[in-house]
Amino acid sequence: MARVVVFAEVKDGRLKKASREALTIGRKLAQTAGGDLVAFAVDRAAAEEAGRYGAKRLYVAPLTAYTTGPFTTALKQLVDQVKPSIILLAGTSNGRDLAPRIAARLNVGVASDVDRLEWTGGKLRARRPVYSGKAFATVEVSSTPAIATTRPNAFTAEEAGGGAAEVVQIAAPASDDKVKLIETKTPEAEELTIAEADIIVSGGRGLKEAANFSLIRDLAHAIGGAVGASRATVDAGWIDHQHQVGQTGRVVSPNLYIAAGVSGAIQHLAGMSSSKHIVAINKDPEAPIFRVADLGVVGDLFQIVPALTEAVKKAKAH
Amino acid sequence: MNSVVCIAQVPDTEARIKIADGRRIDETGLKFIVSPYDEFALEAAIRVKEARGGDVAVVSFGPDRVQQALRECLARGATKALHIKGESGSADALGIAKTLAAAIKSVPHDLLFFGKQGVGTDNSLVGPMVAEILGYPQVNVVTHLEVGEGKITAHREIEGAEEILEASMPAVITAQKGLNEPRYASLKGIMAAKKIAIETKTLADLGLQESEILNQRVTVVALELPPEKSGGRKIDGGDAAAAAKKILEYIREEAKAL
Repeated sequence: MARVVVFAEVKDGRLKKASREALTIGRKLAQTAGGDLVAFAVDRAAAEEAGRYGAKRLYVAPLTAYTTGPFTTALKQLVDQVKPSIILLAGTSNGRDLAPRIAARLNVGVASDVDRLEWTGGKLRARRPVYSGKAFATVEVSSTPAIATTRPNAFTAEEAGGGAAEVVQIAAPASDDKVKLIETKTPEAEELTIAEADIIVSGGRGLKEAANFSLIRDLAHAIGGAVGASRATVDAGWIDHQHQVGQTGRVVSPNLYIAAGVSGAIQHLAGMSSSKHIVAINKDPEAPIFRVADLGVVGDLFQIVPALTEAVKKAKAH
Repeated sequence: MNSVVCIAQVPDTEARIKIADGRRIDETGLKFIVSPYDEFALEAAIRVKEARGGDVAVVSFGPDRVQQALRECLARGATKALHIKGESGSADALGIAKTLAAAIKSVPHDLLFFGKQGVGTDNSLVGPMVAEILGYPQVNVVTHLEVGEGKITAHREIEGAEEILEASMPAVITAQKGLNEPRYASLKGIMAAKKIAIETKTLADLGLQESEILNQRVTVVALELPPEKSGGRKIDGGDAAAAAKKILEYIREEAKAL
């Protein structure tokens, strides 16, 4: 009996980190609920890795690039076949696109962007940040199946040491003539995105002008992190919205968050205060960002950030 | 060409959230606004109307206070407004989507616009659910939109890249920040809006049962504030090199990030 289905996204031949996290929590839920963990993918290359994370079977649909319609139809076929209690999707762009669509087709509920999950009393119980992390809601999904999208970085990916998942082919869904993917535009220098990054280095108005974001980029690059930004800098046009952390940007919870020249408006704090380790650099000792920082440094970011970048480079060279 | 824009009214993003009874937020003294992403959706629809003619109908499901949000949208350039009365706070995303889909059926439309998420509940579910119920294609998290004859071309934001998609009409579009620069209401717009009557309907008027919409599928069992962070160490960064060294120590030893 399959109790849990996880949508396993593959990029460059490997499972996405967010999908590995979803598989891990899916495996734990399957153990509690009593049943198997299985995965849904469009690339059979995922079988070995999915198996290591505990998936017994990998259902493979003959599809390539993601578009909503055919993926929904393929997942629906799989659900009809295995009748799961739980469907998990990582909260990636595609996971967030597919979850509501399959839920409406199955007439079932979704808990979005959850950071805790448990199976209790025959129901899926989830915790999710609401009001951009200003509050946490615990919700119960009473429909069968119950669907959840997992917040990237909120769950730890742990292998279970299983062998390759058995590959089961799903029939090709009818093609969708309503939507066509024309082109995917990838920037020349591929940047880490804040949604999935383990480390984020963010800049705020304290940078004084757009050009000074180079200080943030240099540190992010040296440390292997993504570039974040406050709403004020995005609204001022210093940096693209994709980098915005906070209520009208992305809510993030990386392992390490470094904020330089970010004063800490309530909506920024809401978006990042669940980060595991927070370092703030600001010249104003009263800046609200210090209330959530584990390490606060009162000083001039124009001196400290470049010094830190150099120190990180040296440390990495050793 | 007719557009429908679905609007959620949400607590002001600057507001401090208080909990009422362990299950919902305390609305006392809370300022409500049009959900920020819905502003981009509305602006996109108004631009379609300006280029191609037709109506922009705004639709919202909620208690009486949502009329204020609809009024604001009329002042900015929407031409019609429909209020579905009900305790939307007790409905899950699918309940809201079923309500909106039922309401939209009687409003002429070629395009349906939503914000990519309602700020606050942060579900990012309702737009695609409406698309599924009505059998329409969807393009989510749209940062650029061109409306052609019977089809749209839209740019969708994904991790570190952008997709360009073509969809047939009618279609659902969920708006991302950056899709456009929303306009403010003009005085003329505010005056004109006062002359437009907001149509109201109940769930029963739409042929819906409350038992299908409210307290179904996903229910909130607890709502809590996050634990107060006490703030950690604060050090003087007057000596940049020394400060950098201390930060590096923290990153290595406590965050274990290098």
